[in-house]
Amino acid sequence: MRSTLAVYLRLVRVGLRTQSAYPLAAVAGVAANAMFGLIKASILLAAVASAGGALRGYDAATMAAYVWVSQALIGLVQPWGGSQIAASTRSGQVAVELVRPLDVQGAHIADDVGRGLFGVLPRTLPTLAVGALTTGLFLPHALAPYVLGVGSALLAVVLSSACRYALGVLGFWVVDARGLQTLYMVVGSFLAGLFVPLPLMPHWLQALAAATPFPSLLMAPVDVISGRVTGPAAYAVLAHQGLWLIAAWALGAVLTRAGARRLEIQGG
Amino acid sequence: MASAPDPAGPRPTAWAAYRAVLGSRVRARASYRIPFITDSLGAGLVGIVEFVETFLVFSATGAIGGFDVHAILLVFALAEIGFCLGDLAFGHLDSLPEYLRAGTLDIFYLRPQPLLAQLVTSDISLRRLARAAVGVVILGVALWTNAIMWTIPRAAMLVLALVCSPLIYAALFVCAAGVQFFTVNAPEMPNAFTYGGRYAAVTPASVWPGPLRIFFGFVAPVAFTGYLPALVILDLPGVGVLAQPLAWGLPLAVVSVWGIALLLWRTGVRHYQGGGG
Repeated sequence: MRSTLAVYLRLVRVGLRTQSAYPLAAVAGVAANAMFGLIKASILLAAVASAGGALRGYDAATMAAYVWVSQALIGLVQPWGGSQIAASTRSGQVAVELVRPLDVQGAHIADDVGRGLFGVLPRTLPTLAVGALTTGLFLPHALAPYVLGVGSALLAVVLSSACRYALGVLGFWVVDARGLQTLYMVVGSFLAGLFVPLPLMPHWLQALAAATPFPSLLMAPVDVISGRVTGPAAYAVLAHQGLWLIAAWALGAVLTRAGARRLEIQGG
Repeated sequence: MASAPDPAGPRPTAWAAYRAVLGSRVRARASYRIPFITDSLGAGLVGIVEFVETFLVFSATGAIGGFDVHAILLVFALAEIGFCLGDLAFGHLDSLPEYLRAGTLDIFYLRPQPLLAQLVTSDISLRRLARAAVGVVILGVALWTNAIMWTIPRAAMLVLALVCSPLIYAALFVCAAGVQFFTVNAPEMPNAFTYGGRYAAVTPASVWPGPLRIFFGFVAPVAFTGYLPALVILDLPGVGVLAQPLAWGLPLAVVSVWGIALLLWRTGVRHYQGGGG
């Protein structure tokens, strides 16, 4: 058991090191996150100002916190639909992975989590710094939001990997799952609150979002880190994320098992 | 090709190659009917969701930066149509890193056509027409709901914007591709120019802080794709340097951004050392 765990931890490290081989990618990522953040901040802060300084529970400082914490988490959480399992299903590489003495799902998620976590130092922190230097942002003065926030962000990273794995493994049924990925990226990032914070949406849309795992990917850690949700409510948010993680992991496992029996690798 | 001039003139022959290639791409795309339909639906959905994102912010407040929800429809529609058409013709340049990493870019060097021309004609994403169609519908709604006093200059600006905006976004895709020769594994890099530009373009420039106004007004001039033409059509004054008369500099903006694009592309190609094959 301990040695199995060690294997997965090593895979996390491999993912980290894969990503660290491209340091310019991190710089480019910060540039992109910062650029989008500046635009997002200008429109949303203008919206707060034109609403008289308070908009659906946000003031300028907390809106800036939403903008920059969400931008900072993109590199970790990777809310786009792409995944290695989708690529290796398309190429047929997955046939080799299935005969390895390792759980395919666990291995892929470990590698993916590692790639995501690499972003903490070169992406998350610089993006937050850009925000602090340009528009400024509200940061909680207590310790709890940061401790819980780290937990929530970690859950979001693993949940994102588990969701994208489940999505990618659908490639066992359809040869080209790119259409599904587009759907996931568009609908998912919208319902995760990437460009418009959920409280700005009409109630029916918020209810719809709450029925999906997407708010747990981004809105949840943003709310906890920026101190919008504190105390028992913050623990509830983490528990909610945990439940979605279990559900997504279980779905991925079922799909892998069912799909492996059905999978046909094309070519010799 | 130049060494053996055709009696009918060498120029048509050179263009015929591109026509044949593009024709085959279109036929290839259209022959896989179901993926074509689902891809088109997906692209249309992208357009709708991005519209909803802009709409939600404006409808939650009323008016932002001097633009109410009707006026922003016009900005959104002009920028969106321009982006989609630029993306249709040049968007697949962002697959350049895949060629770079796999070392397959070298194959393009063997063919007697300019590298950029080959890459541009390597694909054509017809599904983006579905997203442009969303933009056209919103443009119709915008022209209907805004009380526009039509004059010849205002109608001319509408036409000019629809012609020039795609050229600006096409140039931004070329800029992004040029930078890719240096960054190689940074799929988000083109986003900062292209998708970032589009994202900025659908917001009124009056909300941008100073440095962003300079950047999106004069370097990556997406202010010319939505905000500035809308100022002329709706007869709004604009803000600071990005005032209404500047909109007529649209052709100059196209020339300048293409200058930057070709310079970045050349720098990138010169930097490229080959895939080692």
